[in-house]
Amino acid sequence: MKPVPDPTGRLAVSMVVNGRTVERTVDSRRLLADLLRDDLRLTGTHLGCEHGVCGACTVLVDGRPVRSCLMLAVQADGREVTTVEGITPEDGLSPMQQAFKDHHGLQCGFCTPGFLMTLAGTEPDEHADEESVRDLLAGNLCRCTGYEGIVDAVMAGWGRSR
Amino acid sequence: MKPPPFRYARPDSLDEVLRILDEHDGGARVLAGGQSLIPLLNFRLARPEVLVDIALVDEFSRLAVEDGVLRIGASVTQHAAETSDEVARHCPLLSKALPLVGHLQNRARGTVVGSIAHADPSAELPAVALVLGATMVVRSVAAERTIPADQFFLGPFTTALEPDEMLLEVRFPAGTAARTAITEIAPRSGDFAIAGAAGRLTATDDGTVANVALALFGVGAVPQRLPEVERLLEGENVTPEALDEAARITTATAEAGSEDVHADPAYRARVAGELTRRIVEEMAA
Ligand SMILES: Cc1cc2nc3c(=O)[nH]c(=O)nc-3n(C[C@@H](O)[C@H](O)[C@H](O)COP(=O)(O)OP(=O)(O)OC[C@H]3O[C@@H](n4cnc5c(N)ncnc54)[C@H](O)[C@@H]3O)c2cc1C
Ligand code: FES
Ligand code: FES
Repeated sequence: MKPVPDPTGRLAVSMVVNGRTVERTVDSRRLLADLLRDDLRLTGTHLGCEHGVCGACTVLVDGRPVRSCLMLAVQADGREVTTVEGITPEDGLSPMQQAFKDHHGLQCGFCTPGFLMTLAGTEPDEHADEESVRDLLAGNLCRCTGYEGIVDAVMAGWGRSR
Repeated sequence: MKPPPFRYARPDSLDEVLRILDEHDGGARVLAGGQSLIPLLNFRLARPEVLVDIALVDEFSRLAVEDGVLRIGASVTQHAAETSDEVARHCPLLSKALPLVGHLQNRARGTVVGSIAHADPSAELPAVALVLGATMVVRSVAAERTIPADQFFLGPFTTALEPDEMLLEVRFPAGTAARTAITEIAPRSGDFAIAGAAGRLTATDDGTVANVALALFGVGAVPQRLPEVERLLEGENVTPEALDEAARITTATAEAGSEDVHADPAYRARVAGELTRRIVEEMAA
């Protein structure tokens, strides 16, 4: 990441998205979520609230789950970004994605990429019991499932019984 | 729900950050974790001309304990502080408060110092700073000054910072001699508190309270110390009667706060009394 000593309305940025280097010149006000969705056509990252509450836009930045609606594209300059496309195998589903499917962890699916990215950036060992899993999931809203199926899916995806 | 246009700078030295703040005469804002500022931009509640991203200034990432003081620099994230052994060992109240600050996805980027500079009335960290007697280190092109926590928070989202100043670091007195506690009620874990209470208490061997500091958050316009409750408890044993009285005085003296979809001021005051009872009981146990 290069210093930008003088304030600018547009900036050339370079970042690694799902393993590929991406270079773009963006408006300073461009949100990372909009860069991903509109410029890179990675529309798996969803936008619900656009103020940090719902979690639908969660992506990994340098391995950690963050809200892409609360991060500017210029702030992702020089960083590594992973979206739901990046954790999905070429053919089929990852074990956690399959667990969501098997356990009714989704209905409309709008919230699902956010849940998956939160989980992708989490060490299962740090969430040993169901209480702690529920706490982990509190940063992602789902209006369809009532969460029971999602908790079931996480437990199954992490090889636990509930 | 997109930010209005602004110009963006990302200097790599403190001097340049201060120069940009100085040159724009209130039109430039520090961008730390963005977890409060970017929502304000998305809602168009703020329209700064210039955002100064402080991520590249090395010295701001410092988190260190020196001479009994925990110093946290302006770009240290809440996540970094939450997982720091130094913070856990030397400033347990801060460690207990951090998991209550938003969701983990917010803490991954939000900063400790940014939360204090933002001064949301329902934020946990300003109350922690008040209870522990933290010191704010503030700098402009012209001068550096320090501001004690009890003179820093002036109103909702309003601090003693001038537009050309930035908060360089927050200094928390380190130490584990006191017992500490923090609790809040919120609609869900990670949401902003409807009301909360934080405290620090030292007691003698026979359980007499030697010294206690208590503060509410989410109730009034700024984090509020509870001097009458503190005086009631000091020199006494924490009996069930003393706890009842502490809760009663807290409710009676709580500043009238905001009314929103979650609660009215009377409810907040009543909850504040109960939460104060709980933390005092926990610290005295
Ligand atoms: C969904 C959600 C839930 C949240 N829940 C909580 C919660 O429960 N409790 C809580 O306390 N917070 C909560 N927050 C806000 C918290 O996440 C922010 O991190 C914090 O309020 C601001 O820190 P920041 O580093 O993100 O600052 P920014 O958003 O970058 O800045 C906030 C303001 O402070 C100023 N500023 C920042 N740093 C400095 C500095 N060093 N010097 C001068 N000015 C500075 C900025 O100019 C801006 O005006 C929540 C946020 C979201 C989106
Ligand atoms: S769209 Fe980002 S948190 Fe809701
Ligand atoms: S499946 Fe519809 S919002 Fe979660």
